Parts: sequence; C-alpha cells; structure tokens
Amino acid sequence: MLEVLAERFNYAVIIVLMMVGLYAVIATGNLVKRLVGLSIFQTSVFLLYISVSKVFGGAPPIFDYKDLAYDKLDPNAIYSNPLPHVLILTAIVVGVATLSVGLALVVRIREAYGSIEDDTLAEADYSLELEKGV
Amino acid sequence: MTVGQFLPAALAAHAPVLLVAIPLILSAPAAALKSGRAAWAIALAASVAAFLFAIELFLATRGDAPAISYALGNWAPPIGIEFRVDGLNAALLMLLSASAILALLFALPSVEDEIEKDKRALFYSAFLVVLAGLAGVATTGDAFNLFVFLEISSIPTYALIAMGAGHDRRALTSSFNYLVMGTIGATFFVIGVGFLYMSTGTLNMADMAVQLVELRGNRVVEIGFAFILVGLGLKAALFPLHLWLPGAYAYAPSFVTVFLAATATKVAFYAIIRFSFDVFSVGNGFVLNSFTYVITPLAIAGMIIASAQALFQSDVRRLLAYSSVAQVGYMMLGLGIGTQAGVSAGVLHLINHAMIKGALFMALGAFAISYGVRRIENFKGLGQALPVSSAAFTVGALSLIGVPFTVGFVSKFYLIQAALQKGWAFAVVAILISSVLAVFYCYRVLVNLWVAPRPDGASRPVQRVPYMILAPLLVLALMNLVFGVNAEPIVNMAETAAAAAFNAGVAP
Repeated sequence: MLEVLAERFNYAVIIVLMMVGLYAVIATGNLVKRLVGLSIFQTSVFLLYISVSKVFGGAPPIFDYKDLAYDKLDPNAIYSNPLPHVLILTAIVVGVATLSVGLALVVRIREAYGSIEDDTLAEADYSLELEKGV
Repeated sequence: MTVGQFLPAALAAHAPVLLVAIPLILSAPAAALKSGRAAWAIALAASVAAFLFAIELFLATRGDAPAISYALGNWAPPIGIEFRVDGLNAALLMLLSASAILALLFALPSVEDEIEKDKRALFYSAFLVVLAGLAGVATTGDAFNLFVFLEISSIPTYALIAMGAGHDRRALTSSFNYLVMGTIGATFFVIGVGFLYMSTGTLNMADMAVQLVELRGNRVVEIGFAFILVGLGLKAALFPLHLWLPGAYAYAPSFVTVFLAATATKVAFYAIIRFSFDVFSVGNGFVLNSFTYVITPLAIAGMIIASAQALFQSDVRRLLAYSSVAQVGYMMLGLGIGTQAGVSAGVLHLINHAMIKGALFMALGAFAISYGVRRIENFKGLGQALPVSSAAFTVGALSLIGVPFTVGFVSKFYLIQAALQKGWAFAVVAILISSVLAVFYCYRVLVNLWVAPRPDGASRPVQRVPYMILAPLLVLALMNLVFGVNAEPIVNMAETAAAAAFNAGVAP
C-alpha cells in the first residue's frame, strides 16, 4: 500500500487537492470561498497535466541552433514533453479569466444584496418573491 | 480541399477557420465603439459572414463527401491543431449562425429596452465572443482546443446573463451559479481529456479514435470517457446536472435567452455526440453500457421530472427553461438508444428544439417589450391585444407538445421509431407521458393567453411590437410549420449528421 502510494505520490497529492477544492465549492456558503475552492480544484488538474509530462532524466526540450544546423543533435537524448506545459499555460489563462469574472460577479452581488452568504441571498430572494405575491 | 460551392475558392479554402475567426476579430472593434447600433451592425455582419461560410461548408459536406480537414497554420495534424468539418458539425454550424442572425434581428429593439445605453456595444462584443467560441467548439478537431473554445464561449455567457441584473437582481446569483457549475463541468472535461492524452499520447480527435481501438477495456480510458461525459453533461444540462439552467434562462436578458436556448446546450450536446460516437464508438462495450444504463434512465427521468417541475412554475420563462431540460432529455434518449437511427433522431430534435424554443422565447421577449409581463397570470387576454406574437407563441407551444404538422411532431415521431426499432417500449411510454405533461404546462399558458378575459383594471397600455421582433419571430414560427409539413430537408440533414458521427470514427 505504502509502496504504491510512494510510487504515485504526485497522483495522491493531486487527488487530495482536487477533493479539497471540490469540497470547498460544495460545502461553503460564502461565494468568495467557493471561488477559492474552484481555483484549487482547477489547479489540481493543472498539476495532473504537468506531472504527467515529467520524463525522468529528461532535459528541457530546447535545441541549440548550431547543433540543429550542423546536424549534431544526439538522437538518443531524452527530453521532457513540452506540450502539456503549453496546454496548461492556456488553461491557467482560462482559469484566471473565470476567476476574475466570478469575483466581479461577487462584487455585483454584494452591491445588489448586501451579502455574499448563500443562505442570506436565498432568503432575500424568497422574501422578494413573497412581497411580489406568488 | 474542396472547390468553393458558391464562395470564391480563396475564401472557401479557409472557410472553417474564418467562420470562427471573423466573429472573434470583429468583437474587438465592436467593444471599442460607443454606439450600440454600430456594434449591432458589426455583430450582424459577422453573423451573416459566419452563415455564408456555414452554408458553404454544409454544401461541401453533403452526402458522401469526405470531411474537410483544415490544418491551422499549416501544421499538419495530428501534431498541429486541426479544424474538421463533416456532415454533423456542418449542420450544427448552420443552426448556430442562423440562430445568431435571427436572434440579432430580435436584439436591436429588445436590447434597447433592457440594457443600459453605455453597455450595449460591450454587450454585442461579448455576444460575438460567445458566437466565436461556440463555432470553435463545433469546428475544432482537437480535444484540448475544444475545452478552450468551450470556455471562450462560457465566460462571456456568464457576463451576458448577469446583464439581466437591471431587471432582476437574481440574474447575478444565477450567473454565479452557472459560473461555478460550468467551470466544474469544463474542468471535468479537461481531466477526461488528460486521461485520454496520457493513454494515447495525442490530442487530435481523429488520431485518438484510431489509438483508442487498441485500448478497449483500458480502465484509464474508460474513466476518461466518464469524466468527459459528466463534464459535457453539465454544460448540456443533462438532467441531474441542469440546476444552473432555469435561473440562467429566466433572468438573463431576453436576447441572451433566445440565443442560448437555441445554441449553447446544443453545442455541448454536439460535443457529447462527437466524443461518444466518433472518438469512442458504440462498438466499445463500456460506452454502449454507459449509454444504456446511465444516460437512458437519466434522460427519461429528466423528461418526466423536469416536465412535472415546469407544471408548477408561475414565471413563464422558468416554465420554458424547465421544459428545455426535459427536451435535453429527449435528445439524450436518442443517444441512449445508441443506434444510428437514435442519434439521427437526437440531432433532429436538436435542430427542431432550437426552432421551437427560439420562437417561444422570442415571443416572450415580444410580450415583455410591449407589455412588460413574465408571469402566467399576467398573460390574461394578451391574445386579443397582441394577436400576431400570441399566434407565434401558440405555434411554438403546439410544436413543443408535438402536434402533427409541426416540427415537434416530426422529431418525436423519429425518436419513437428509433426506440421501437431497438424494442424499447418503455422509452415510448416515457415520451408519451412527457408529452402529456407538456400539454398541461402549455395549456396553462395558452388558456390565459386566449381564453381568460383581460382584467378590467387594465394596467399599462399595450405597445405595438416592433417589426424587428415580429419578423424573426414569424420566420421561426413559420419554420416550425413548414418543416413540420415538409420535414425532408431537416430529416436529411439529421441523417447525414448521424451517418457522419457513425462512419467518421473507426468501424465498431
């Protein structure tokens, strides 16, 4: 058991982070904390991609131009896979955009309701519904 | 690359990418403008351009024509990102761009009524980004690229929904809920794609499909599929994952609801078809089982429970939103059947539902602008005051129920036929029960609209509905009837699409 865990330590960390994030999204009533949870959840997925791209003993996949030009590249050289990093760079941008839109919404909600607690918001909407007459 | 069907060859060669790029690029000048009308004109121009490219692509992929593959930046797939158009996404692109044009015609008066003056240009700009994102999801042949486009379309959608806050502050909370759930859905999708990438080493969907044949029964791949299905299911509002939808549809500005109801969930639904039948295939026992034992029960539960929930809504837009969840159930049932006839029925209902809900929400927009009502009891006697819009609403409602000579009937007919071919009598029973529930909730609205007398203390004067709203509304209502009588064009479209989904992938 311990051996399996040690071998796949990265996955264990990722799963824990993922669950922490998802739990925070579901369990908390505070909208900002919910966004924090969402960010943790997303970040754990970024880590998943990054840790997968690790090749043991792999060098950064950067060629020296001179080696390339004179055909002196070592065909047996091992490189890390750069693609997941690029993907995650994109995903980070997406994550930041989502987070900023979310925070902007929280600001607007706070202006409109005077609260960012989920149950207070639900209560305010419910009493509004009653006022208007169902 | 195919020869241009009617556009010049130089444009036709780049049609797949221009369809996405034009709205995306034009969104920047639209945002920079001060005048809402100028931004609207730009948005309309971009949508018309997208529609022309969509027709071009549709004509080029008719029948047995091979899929159009476009290598972005000339980097050949599977290494480079590929845009791939076949019968399935060509049909979706037509639907998408046509809905965009009709919704934009409706938008001019509706947005002037609902959105503050200094925000209108930004509003149209955000709409263009949504359009580009949805078109991107529909064209891309790269799994990770699909995620990026999905989020490009979602993020401005959250902003657009929140714009309804001027009317009702609940738009803000609905938008926030959609943001949280939509992001979880998208992240689930990324996890799934990550698993597939780990096991196949490729992100190109066509290449992935080839590699996955050898990986049948591999647990990592199966988990990846499950994550993708749940993630896209959230975006498509599949029954237990639909909680964001009623609020988002009910409190968003009318124009946003019209456009989203016709397109957003449909595009996610397309992505599910693409992944289930093209990247994976129903020949894969795991996929078929998850359709039979997970998707089908959920679809049926959604059809019945969401319809029953619609019965008890007093806000008509909420009612229609719940009905949308039920209609997603019909489409999912088509997939759950898992045969080509089933997928064809699902795609058919996808196209038809866009027409039905487009017409219904647009009619509600017309009521809102001329009378300012949304609740059922305020609809009393509106039929006499606004006969044309009410007639269009009625056509939409009848089509939603599935009365013969409307498109709703056509898609239910094909769905029942597909279910019977598979020998699923219970699915037929579920469709009938859900249809009966639809009769009841439509009846509640229609009876108030036509039969109940106008209350004496006539509250506010009824304004004339602007022609810019009436025109697209009548076009949609007529489409409901015309394609209901002469269903051949859309049935052919759906069958080509289903054939593309089945045959593009690897043979089972």
